Parts: sequence; structure tokens; C-alpha cells
Amino acid sequence: MTAPVVLRDFEQFAANGGGGGPSWLLPLRRAAIDRFAALGYPTPKNEDWHFTSVSPIAEGAFHAGPPAASVRLEAKDIEPFTFGRPDWIRLVFVNGRFDGALSSDIARPRGVRVTDLAAAWRDQPDLLERHIGKVADFQQTAFTALNTAFMHGGAVIQLAPNVQLDTPVHLVFVSTPDAAGSASHLRTLIVAGHHSKATVVESYVSMGGAAGYFTNAVTEAVLEDGATLAHLKLQTESERAFHVGTLQARQGRDSHLVSFSYAAGGELARTNIYTLLNGEGSGATLHGLYLLDGEQHVDQQTRIEHASPNTFSREVYKGILDGASHGVFNGQVYVRPEAQKTDGKQENNNLLLSAQARVDTKPQLEIFADDVKCTHGATVGRLDELALFYMKSRGIGAERARKLLTYAFAAGVIEAVGLPEVRAELEALTLRRFTGAAAGS
Amino acid sequence: MLDIRELQARVGGGTEILKGITLQVKAGEVHAVMGPNGSGKSTLAQVLAGNPAYEVTGGTATLDGADLLAMQPEERAHAGLFMAFQYPVEIPGVSNAYFLRSAYNEIRKAHGEEEVDPLEFLDIMEKNLALVDMEQSMLNRSVNAGFSGGEKKRNEILQMAVLRPRLAILDETDSGLDIDALRIVAEGVNKLRRPDNATIVVTHYQRLLNHIVPDYVHVLSAGRIVKSGGKELAFELEEKGYDWLESPAEAVA
Repeated sequence: MTAPVVLRDFEQFAANGGGGGPSWLLPLRRAAIDRFAALGYPTPKNEDWHFTSVSPIAEGAFHAGPPAASVRLEAKDIEPFTFGRPDWIRLVFVNGRFDGALSSDIARPRGVRVTDLAAAWRDQPDLLERHIGKVADFQQTAFTALNTAFMHGGAVIQLAPNVQLDTPVHLVFVSTPDAAGSASHLRTLIVAGHHSKATVVESYVSMGGAAGYFTNAVTEAVLEDGATLAHLKLQTESERAFHVGTLQARQGRDSHLVSFSYAAGGELARTNIYTLLNGEGSGATLHGLYLLDGEQHVDQQTRIEHASPNTFSREVYKGILDGASHGVFNGQVYVRPEAQKTDGKQENNNLLLSAQARVDTKPQLEIFADDVKCTHGATVGRLDELALFYMKSRGIGAERARKLLTYAFAAGVIEAVGLPEVRAELEALTLRRFTGAAAGS
Repeated sequence: MLDIRELQARVGGGTEILKGITLQVKAGEVHAVMGPNGSGKSTLAQVLAGNPAYEVTGGTATLDGADLLAMQPEERAHAGLFMAFQYPVEIPGVSNAYFLRSAYNEIRKAHGEEEVDPLEFLDIMEKNLALVDMEQSMLNRSVNAGFSGGEKKRNEILQMAVLRPRLAILDETDSGLDIDALRIVAEGVNKLRRPDNATIVVTHYQRLLNHIVPDYVHVLSAGRIVKSGGKELAFELEEKGYDWLESPAEAVA
């Protein structure tokens, strides 16, 4: 599938200077768009997109870049998305454009730099040249190629070695109805120096009514030896939006990536969490929760590549599906021949609340080392009728019993969230979402 | 208090398991319902509690004059019915404390009473925990998840103690219990006896009745009560088994 609209958009973008930046940037962008032209949008023939058709995105003909005109938001508009914590380091992007006035002006501790991408092209070109496009490969991945060609908006987070940043960094990507018809190709880079530690939250939210826009976000993360990065992605895009979001990490020795991905928004949404365990003793803990309803199609793919000995991965993803929604989970674990003593566990559990909801779950283990411990399991079930009866027999009403059981299903992964404010929000979202749900059974 | 007349029930379109049960229980009484496997004694407990897996095909059952069979399970609980499950259900992710407080408050709400907050509820729990010899720490554990058989049954009695039902039905609460657990459970039940409540003990064995002494014993066979008597009937059954009772029942069928 070729995509003349984006190719035409690119020529115009390049003719206008390609968004500025250092001299190596435009050639990188051009290499990426050429690669995208060759790859085209993925089709279901592509193993990685087997259960998800992106033709609505291809046919949507979204124009790359922020819309020409965009409403001014005020601080109170974004308050609902800030977890009641004005003291976090927060960068706000409205329809793909950095908004300094809405962002917090909190002094960064020593050894911590947090800037928007546009400023970083100017102030940290060497850092960007070293890492941008090096972690998130665009040779095989069409959406990453597209993102690399047009990348704008997003943040650069740099931690010096041994720095422990206790204040979370919160990136808020807000879309308004002005975004209709446009595509935001957001790019974030996180470089965690050796033995540093930080928490980064990415929120993808919409306000002011449903709008059909396309978010295509890529976050590259470099975890040097001994670094710990907690990364939380919260995706609650507009119900008419399209979203493809990728976190791609490369991990050094003894580093630890702790990822949580929440997906509840979008008409068609895909989250990719990819990591390369590239140093001995490194590991990844991935948790995810997807709550779907209506006609939503939401796909999550994770890929953990064990490339060194004694690496570990722990993964639990849970899905709750109502209405006529369709969920997909594809969990890939590769163990390279040199990655002996790999210890991997993966689990995916799904709860179907209606007869029309469906889920495709596909654990995928490819193991080329002989001394490893890898397990996986997947379940698809409905609310336990006996447990419902048990609760009702104690006086708990049918509606409340359903809510409690649904919440209990999700609780295991919500409890894994380290930030209490985010955990509380997720608890509330999970309970609220299923208030009054007829739940079909 | 409880008035059952000619009650008939089956599972999902099958043949009747209860073929016409008639039983009256008055306030202050303890009734034992005994019978061999498959006689319908557990079915009777499940039907009274409103398990949706069972279908009532005939007869009536009222609690204090109200039509039990027309009520949802939660409404039966609000009306004062409690069934201790033979196999208590595990609910991972919901703490015992939250579960019990929700149940307690929903019953209060149904009676137009104020809900209690978590602190007040803790006070209520403390008294009742001692009754079944349970640690306070079990309140933070998920409902029945990973509990031993004895712990599950004690948890049922704990719920009963907190919810203070008018009519408690113990469905084979003694099955799978060792003698210590049996004693704790039985003592709990005895302490909860009041002149204004009643208990139905469904059991296969006589041994529980050494601890909870019934006023009446009813023997079920093939879906009917084939014999009723005082507590001495339980001893007779223990001695002779159920075989001597089954033939007349079959003759009737």
C-alpha cells in the first residue's frame, strides 16, 4: 500500500526546511520517508499486524504536523490530567505542539535535563545524533519510519550517571477537536546514565469532544548500566482517534525497565513495548491493562529480546472487553543463543463482559539458547457466575458484585503501578468504566 | 418463620431433584436435614438461597410471610437469609474486609440504616473474629483465596456472625473438617443462636449434631422428606445408615 498523501506532505515539509534542526536531520528524515515508501502501511499479511488492519489510518489521509490553528488552553483545562501534582516536572503538548505556558517551570535537579524536542535540536544536537533513530529501528517498522520522517513535538530527558530523580517527569499530549485530520508524529528520547533512576509518565489524552486524528508516537529509551527506568504510558485518546505508540528501549548491564501500559482510548489503537536486554543481569517488568468497549479495536504488542546471559523478564497484561470491542495481545519473547540462564515469565488474561467482545491472544516464544526458564500462559474468560452468586447471597447487589469482580480482575496489574496518584486514578477509571455496564451475560 | 410447601426444583431442564418438600421452621429452632448423597439436601439449601443454576418447578417458600422464590439472592440476604456454602468461593483481588463491609452495609441500606465506615466496621469485626478463632490479618487477605478448607468454613461462620441472619442454612459445613475445626465452627454457630433466629443444618453425618444439637431431624431421600423426628433420629441413622430408609422412598417414586 503506497501512501501518496504522506509522500507529498514530506516533499512540502522538506522544501520548507524540514522543521529545522542540525544538518544531519533532514537526510535522516529523507532516509526514513524513503524507507516508509518502500515498506508501505503494514497489512495483515505482516505477522506483526496479523489481527489489526490499519487501513483506516492509511485511508484517513492525515496530514503530518500540528494543525494550522489550535485553540489556546489554560492551566485549568489540563488540570484533570495532572493527578493533582503541580510539583511534577511536566511538559504539555497541545495537538503536537509544545506549550511552555502550560508546562511546569520546576527547576531540574543537578544532572537532570528535561526539554522539549524543538529546544533539544538546538541545545543537545550531539546527544540526539548519538541516539535518535538508533534505538527505534525504522528499517522494518513502517510507523517508526513515518515518525522519523516527520518527528516533531515530544521531549528529551537526560539523566547524568548516578542521579536519582525522585520527581516524576510527566509528558502530557493533549488533542483537541482542532487536531481532526492531522497526525502528530511525537518523538521522545530518554537517556538514563549509568546507575541513574527516574520515572516517566506519558499521557495521551483528548478534550473538548471526540475528534478523528492520528497520534504516531515513538519513545526511545537508553538505559545504561545499572539504570532503572519506570515508564508509564496512559492512553485515553478520543473515541474516534487513531493511535500507534511505541516505546523502544535498549538496556545495559544490570539495568531494569519497569513498564506499565494502560490503553482505554481510540477507535483503533496499537501500543508497542519493545526492549533489548543487551547487558548481563538486565531485566524488564512489563504490566499492561486494556479496557475496551463499543467498537474499539486495541492491540498491544510487546517484544522482549534477551541478548545477554542471566537476563530476566516478567510480564502480565490484562484485558477487560465489553460491547463489540476487539482486543489483541501479542507477546514476543526472543532468547538469543548467547542469552543462557534467561528467566522469563509471561501472562495474558482477558475478561469478556459481553457476547460480542472478542480477543486474540498470541504468546510467541522463540528460544535459541538451551539453558533457559521461560513460561507463558493466556486465558480468556467471563465473570464467574458462582462468584457472582456468592456475593449476591451475602446481600451485595448484582451491579455492585459485577463491578467488584471486574475490578478484582484488574487489581493485580493496577497494584503493580508504583506511583500512588496514578494507581488511584487507574482504580477510579476501572471502577467508573464499568458502572452501569449491562455486561451482557 | 420459614414455610416451605411442596417445593420442587431441578437443574437446567433435567428431572426434578426436589420432588415436593414441605418443611416449617420456627424462630429459635434448629433443624437438621440429613440424607444420602444425591438425596437433594444440598439442592434444598441452594434453592432457598437462590442459586440461578436451579430452577423451581413447583411449590412455595416464604420467610416471615414474604415470597422467597420471587426474590433475587441479594434480596433474600436482605430479608435475613444466609447460606454457609459447602464450597466457599475464592475471590482473588477483593479483600475479606471490603467484601464483608460491602455486604454489611448493603443489608443495612436495605433496612434504611446508616452505612458504617471502615473504622466502625473494624470494631464489629474484632468481636466476631474471636468467635471463630481468626486473626485480624485475614481481613486483608482476598476472600477465601488460598485459604485451607477449615479457614474457608470458619470464614463462612464469621460472615454469618457479622451479618446476623434470621435464618442460617449450613450446607454440609462439616464436610472435610477435622475435629478441631468442626468444634470451632459448631461453637460459633451455638453462640449465634438467639430466640429470634433459626438454623437449618444440612449434613451427611451425625457427628456435627453432637456439637449443634437439633430440635428436629428430617431425612431426605430421592427428593422427599421420608422421615422426621427428634435428635434421636440422627443417632439411629448413624447406627443403621440410610439404606433402611431408601426402599420406601423408591416405592413411592
